[in-house]
Amino acid sequence: MGADFVQFSLTPILIGSLAAIACALPGNFLLLRRQALIGDAISHVVLPGIVVAFLVTGTLAAVPMLLGAAAAAIVAVVLIEAIKRLGRIEPGAAMGVSFTFLFALGVLILEQTDTSSVHIDVEHALMGNLESLIWFRAEGWGSLFDPAALAALPEELIRLAVVALILSLLTWLFWRPLKISTFDEGFARGLGLPVGLIGFGLVVTAAVAAVAAFDAVGSIIVIAMFICPPAAARLMTNDLATQVGWSIVFAVLSAVLGYVLAGYGPLWLGASNAVSAAGMIAAVSGVILALACLFGPCRARVGVGAG
Amino acid sequence: MDAATLSLATEAGRPPLAAPAAPPALAVRGLTVSYGQSPAVFSVDATFPAAAMSAIVGPNGAGKSTFLKAALGIIPRLSGEATVFGRPLDEARDRIAYVPQRASVDWDFPTSVLDVVLMGLYRRVGLLGRITGSHRTTARDCLVRVGMADFADRQIGQLSGGQQQRVFLARALAQDADLYLLDEPFAGVDAATERAIIDVLKGLRGEGRAVVAVHHDLSTVRSYFDHVFLINVRRIAEGPVATTFTAETLQQTYGGRLATGHVAELAGGIA
Amino acid sequence: MTSLFDALLLQSGYNAALVAIGAALLGFAGGAAGTFLFLRKRALVSDAMAHATLPGVGLAFILMVALGGDGRSLPILLAGSAVTAILGLLAVDWIVRHTRLPEDAAIGAVLSVFFGIGVVLLTVVQTMSAGRQAGLEDFLLGATAGMLFADAMTIATGGGLAVLAVWLLRRPMTLVAFDAEYAASLGLDTRRIDLAIMALVMAVTVVGLKIVGLVMIVALLIIPPVIARFWTDRSGRMIWGAGLAGGLSGYLGAAISASAQDLPTGPIIVLVASALFFLSLLLAPVRGVLAALIRHLRFQARVHRRQGLLAIARGEPIHDPLTLRVLRREGLIRPDGVATDAGRGVAAKIARDERRWDIAREVHQDAGLTGRYDGLTPIEEVFTSDEIALFDRHLGAPRPVRG
Repeated sequence: MGADFVQFSLTPILIGSLAAIACALPGNFLLLRRQALIGDAISHVVLPGIVVAFLVTGTLAAVPMLLGAAAAAIVAVVLIEAIKRLGRIEPGAAMGVSFTFLFALGVLILEQTDTSSVHIDVEHALMGNLESLIWFRAEGWGSLFDPAALAALPEELIRLAVVALILSLLTWLFWRPLKISTFDEGFARGLGLPVGLIGFGLVVTAAVAAVAAFDAVGSIIVIAMFICPPAAARLMTNDLATQVGWSIVFAVLSAVLGYVLAGYGPLWLGASNAVSAAGMIAAVSGVILALACLFGPCRARVGVGAG
Repeated sequence: MDAATLSLATEAGRPPLAAPAAPPALAVRGLTVSYGQSPAVFSVDATFPAAAMSAIVGPNGAGKSTFLKAALGIIPRLSGEATVFGRPLDEARDRIAYVPQRASVDWDFPTSVLDVVLMGLYRRVGLLGRITGSHRTTARDCLVRVGMADFADRQIGQLSGGQQQRVFLARALAQDADLYLLDEPFAGVDAATERAIIDVLKGLRGEGRAVVAVHHDLSTVRSYFDHVFLINVRRIAEGPVATTFTAETLQQTYGGRLATGHVAELAGGIA
Repeated sequence: MTSLFDALLLQSGYNAALVAIGAALLGFAGGAAGTFLFLRKRALVSDAMAHATLPGVGLAFILMVALGGDGRSLPILLAGSAVTAILGLLAVDWIVRHTRLPEDAAIGAVLSVFFGIGVVLLTVVQTMSAGRQAGLEDFLLGATAGMLFADAMTIATGGGLAVLAVWLLRRPMTLVAFDAEYAASLGLDTRRIDLAIMALVMAVTVVGLKIVGLVMIVALLIIPPVIARFWTDRSGRMIWGAGLAGGLSGYLGAAISASAQDLPTGPIIVLVASALFFLSLLLAPVRGVLAALIRHLRFQARVHRRQGLLAIARGEPIHDPLTLRVLRREGLIRPDGVATDAGRGVAAKIARDERRWDIAREVHQDAGLTGRYDGLTPIEEVFTSDEIALFDRHLGAPRPVRG
């Protein structure tokens, strides 16, 4: 746990954890609203977003990429909603139509443009490159107090820290409207709450989290973190606030364990190369969910329910 | 039955043209709602008096719940408007408590009974205001009024249908409103719950508040309600139960679905 | 352009022709199988299965290399993907049955976790000496360029077998998809037929991996049934319609893709299907957006016209701007809002019809009638002229309406 750890593992672990938190927070509400797969749809359309942003601006700078991805996510959400309403198609099918269409468009545009000089490719979008987000200037734990080294932290870390903070604030600020409109839409409308706006805001927030996280960690972690930690947390408790707490614990646990297993696991098994950290984090979150399904105290449906 | 009495009965069902002195609790003009090709509710006018218990009555699929939800702006209207105590709906939200149908929510939601009742205090507490001990006391008092004090910390998924309905009523009580709108409050509940709910509602009326409920059990209309509004897509009749809930109006509302003898019995033999 | 025609006529080479035929067959089977998923509202289960194929591909490759092969046998890779796809499906079903989690959460969890495991295995494969040229990444997005003849044959054969299975199973599957209880009463084993449907979905997914790729293969299962739904309400037609839409997308997509460079097969097939979808969404005769919009505007105008005429009949003022516009357009009121002679005439007729309805419901006491007393259906559509004449005898002479 010395200089090497700080230089090579600390920042990826932090970035992975922050990305996981940013996705798990809105994931809790999406899960309860039966919209868990919105995260799936959003993360698929991030690719066309960044491809178009690259075509328009010609650069790979972070800000246009993020804006492009966010725009694509909003286009996807609006498209899903439009298909659902206009065509009277059930939500699952509407989602499937929208995200395959936009994803195919993204791949086609990517193939049609000469992006060989720059590094956007589909695999990167799917798997991210968490391992490469190292802290070059760090020489040990002391670098945490060295302004020059701190200034050289990977920008993904700063970006995700900001996004995770904003999402936490928003969740805290809109806790009551979110909770009421998620539980009882009719009552919320009776109170005069802007239920449609709250739902749209939630999805946009989820899109922002997905976009900020995907660049660093790829869309697999994004989908897994939207769904697995909140789903496992739901099986641990019957209280919403506690559920959100558990989901954050599970998200961080998946990120840390997944990264460590991907980096060091193969070495322990005698192999010489690390495996994909993003994939391993998703796998660990799956193991946590499986354990919650088997042993979670609130895993089963109970009571007489609505009749 | 001859044509003259028929036409009289219909004429009596027209809305009163002269405005009453005090504004009604809920007044609806020209409300039309459609789910597609045919109207679910067509051009309905209705007036529900203050300090009274009113029933919205009609057969299945007659648009009772649709009417209530559209009046409250919960579902979109094709035309029409609603006023509450003479004010536009949006200015009177604080004075309304709405109790949705029990089946409309996900009872597997991770929350407790007390938490649901506290939702009724949302407009008073605001976005970030702290829930204090006095709020909790208020919520517990409301649970006491519906006989659910011992269930405050239960997960809502563990409740029976009747208990769920009582929790919804307690949440509405916490809102401390002047107009209570209930969608099928007695649907699928046990006899004890029905008793408890009607006692609470009569208590509200006693305090000068208005209650409007979508109601499907014709046999209890006379004993529970003061005012009745009969609907079957169109407005059929409205007025005090004693004069409006008659064999004629029931027959008009339900058509051949009710046996004539049964109708007479329900209407209390008035004709 | 000529290259596109060549491709459409299967003249761009033997492999391309095989791929186009395979894609068409696959699209047809996908559309038909997807119809059953769509009708059971389980469209996205196929997405979980598609993503769950990835670990199977990786494991099959590792296993083949470990046994001394080069790991490139397409049938074995596809068999491996089928195994994990089934595991993924079982995992979704188990979660839904044994926990409180809803199906969409189970789908998302299985999809991302299996895919994550697959990516881990892919990185393992990349570190193996044989793995660098394995081209397993092609399974993500599909790739038909440079495909071996044997692979093209596998796909065409797989597609053909899937279509054959659809045809053999069409009756029992239709019965189960539309009325499982009735099917059971006929002695059909609904659970086994359900399994057959899922097996068919899995077969389409697996065979399509190489052409469309696992991220987009669900498009072949989801989009064609949605297209077909726009054009028909009937079950049997929907299956064949979806098959047709899927087959057309597969064939056109593969042909267009073969006609030029830089047109990857998978995305083109999906985009052709999407184009058919958007056309249907817009133009379908009953469920299409244009048709619905026209219908809604007409309906709204009818409602406002009727309400306005009733107000005239009762001598009440009209405030609603749309009502005023509708009545003015028909010359039923003057620009200042006062009813014209024509308006008063129509209002009188409507007022009389209202009274006729009142009587009709008394006289007939027919439950079926009350629902049609919706304020819009003309009384002539419900009753014969002699019945109406009978009501009029109860009513007496029509009354004039005051302006």
